[in-house]
Amino acid sequence: MRKIVTSVIAGIGLALACGTSVRAQDKELTIFWAEWDPANYLQELVNDYTAETGVKVTVQTTPWPDFQTKAFTEFNAHGDAYDLVVGDSQWLGAGSTQGHYVDLTDFFNQHKLNDVMAPATIKYYAEYPGGSGKYWAIPLEGDAIGWSYRKDWFEDPKEKEAFKAKYGYDLAVPTTYAQLRDIAEFFHRPDQKKYGIAIYTDNSYDAMAMGVESAIFSYGGDLGDYATYKVDGITNSKEAAAGLDMYKQLYKFTPPGWGKTFFVEDNQAITGGLAAMSMNFFAFFPPLVNKATNPYADVTGFFANPAGPDGKRFAALGGQGISVISYSKNKDEAMKFLEWFIKDETQKKWAELGGYTCSQAVLKSEAFQNATPYNKAFYDTMFMVKDFWATPEYAEVLDQLNQNIYPFVVGGKGTAQEALDKTAADWKATFTKYNRYK
Amino acid sequence: MASVALTNLDPASRAAARGWSDLTIRNLFIIPTLVFLIVFNIFPLIYSLGYSFTNFAANRAEPWQFVGLQNYRELLSDDHIWSNFVITAKYVIVSVAGQMVVGFGLALLLNRSFPMKGLITTLLLLPMMMSAAVVGLFWQLLYSPSWGPINYVFGLGDFAWLSNPDSALYAVAITDIWMWSPFVMLLSLAGLSAVPQHLYEAAAIDRAGWWYTFTRITLPLVSPILLIALIFRTMEAFKTFDIAYTMTTQPTAELIAIRLYKQAFQQWDTGKSCALAYIVLIMVLAITNLYVKYLNKVKER
Repeated sequence: MRKIVTSVIAGIGLALACGTSVRAQDKELTIFWAEWDPANYLQELVNDYTAETGVKVTVQTTPWPDFQTKAFTEFNAHGDAYDLVVGDSQWLGAGSTQGHYVDLTDFFNQHKLNDVMAPATIKYYAEYPGGSGKYWAIPLEGDAIGWSYRKDWFEDPKEKEAFKAKYGYDLAVPTTYAQLRDIAEFFHRPDQKKYGIAIYTDNSYDAMAMGVESAIFSYGGDLGDYATYKVDGITNSKEAAAGLDMYKQLYKFTPPGWGKTFFVEDNQAITGGLAAMSMNFFAFFPPLVNKATNPYADVTGFFANPAGPDGKRFAALGGQGISVISYSKNKDEAMKFLEWFIKDETQKKWAELGGYTCSQAVLKSEAFQNATPYNKAFYDTMFMVKDFWATPEYAEVLDQLNQNIYPFVVGGKGTAQEALDKTAADWKATFTKYNRYK
Repeated sequence: MASVALTNLDPASRAAARGWSDLTIRNLFIIPTLVFLIVFNIFPLIYSLGYSFTNFAANRAEPWQFVGLQNYRELLSDDHIWSNFVITAKYVIVSVAGQMVVGFGLALLLNRSFPMKGLITTLLLLPMMMSAAVVGLFWQLLYSPSWGPINYVFGLGDFAWLSNPDSALYAVAITDIWMWSPFVMLLSLAGLSAVPQHLYEAAAIDRAGWWYTFTRITLPLVSPILLIALIFRTMEAFKTFDIAYTMTTQPTAELIAIRLYKQAFQQWDTGKSCALAYIVLIMVLAITNLYVKYLNKVKER
């Protein structure tokens, strides 16, 4: 009897031992991101990591409109379904203060990432609160607002002549918002089914806010003082109102029915031959240089966001950093993955695959800047970006902005100053509610 | 005793062979449903009522506090929320009235025999079998001023149905009418076919006109079932989310359900959104109660 018991126990022990050793080999990491091309590039990239280390890495995706909801539902439930998340820059506040993200400050300092990654990407994708020296993410996908345009329309000698006769200067890639407006007006010919410009107007998440803030920043305005939460006189400054007013003017030259548009519609404006110029995040530009997805690929050009009247030039920041989720059971393994991810050769490969690296060395290289028709514009833009609020209550703040500016831009109700005055008042009330003015 | 009312088990049945009583079998069927209802309906309902008196936010680790009626006070004095309610009311009136007229009209047309009646009725029912989100996406394309067929057919040029703040809500209501008129049609058809034929024959003998027959025979006999359709559609229209959410982001078309979604899942203001959900629930209950009272009156006649 004793023999039987011993052998059974030994058998169980052996089985368990084998089981654990098998598990050790089968380590897995899950990265959560939105459903778009860069996520596919990332999956390709991490396959190399699997080949090197045997750790299987899966990039799980969900459509953009659900991304925030799904990620935060999982965080709130303290779920361990994902080990890492490539989260929006605005999530840093909520992610860090509510304990969803692992503090990466030591990792950051140890690897001197301040010297490795582009400064703007560290400021907006990694650090929270601003200037605190505490880091919660590694910049992964750099992104910002840029523009695509129809080179053939711009270079047509007849158009050039007509433009010069009407506006008194040469038709070329716009360097100021005033020129952008003129060109949009010039090409806006509804009777020929040709329209001036395509901009973001969707107010269900941050699309319109990104478009509007690009104009506000370039006009010398700001959304507020992110350190002190002061909004009065900043959010509703004259400069900010002028920027918002410019955005409203641009809306007049959009294709008809342009009231709920984001990246899909703005790219369609180019691929469908509808508009002369189109705003979009750089991450959505790859299909525009592909003949299969854009019949005008050969004649599509790109430029960085133009300057305001005083020569100030900024663009809204998109893009994301990768963070370790504090509820993950594989945190050590996730940190090892990050160590691999920040290596120069990994970053180089990432850029080659189509990812927008934030590595300074790669960004500055000739090879990167000449790799695609838009990489140069991307490089220029990444050193002049500004972002939206990243406070934990940013979703509320964003909704209030949407509620106030959408009726003005799309509905033509009220004035820019009124819309921003109302926004400043709403924001002040919200920040007061969350005790931001201690 | 409840068990007395039940018929006796067939002694040859397998249940009887296992020694199960009627009561056991009854419980076996009822308990899972009860448990399901309590766990997934009643418990969350009570739990969220509790939340509605707190400042709980599901995305914050901080402890929540009891705030009494503050959420309700803030909501009821918020102009934005009231404008959402006004928008919802407009939407409910337009879309439900449209559905009743179109649906009942179609039922009157179908309430006679003609070739391929079955096929045509089935085809007319198709819209309500589709997913609302898909319907919304399709209609968004149909309304498109650049390539949509609606403007082309009606010669409306580049009228922007969904980007125009004044027309967006009605464009959504038209879509809802298209989708749900068949439901009213189906119920009306059932009501119409139940009207005894001899009443019409008697009216014909008395040389009653079409309008007289319609208002004195058809309408009174069909009205209870029409009222039921009205109750269902009003409740549904009040909570419309998917069609409107996929079609437009116009603030002038922001129904209360969309505001609720934004508050609950974009802003994570859980406590306040629970309170808003209760306000909506109470309103729907009140409206339905009015209808039911009226329905009972109609039935008594």
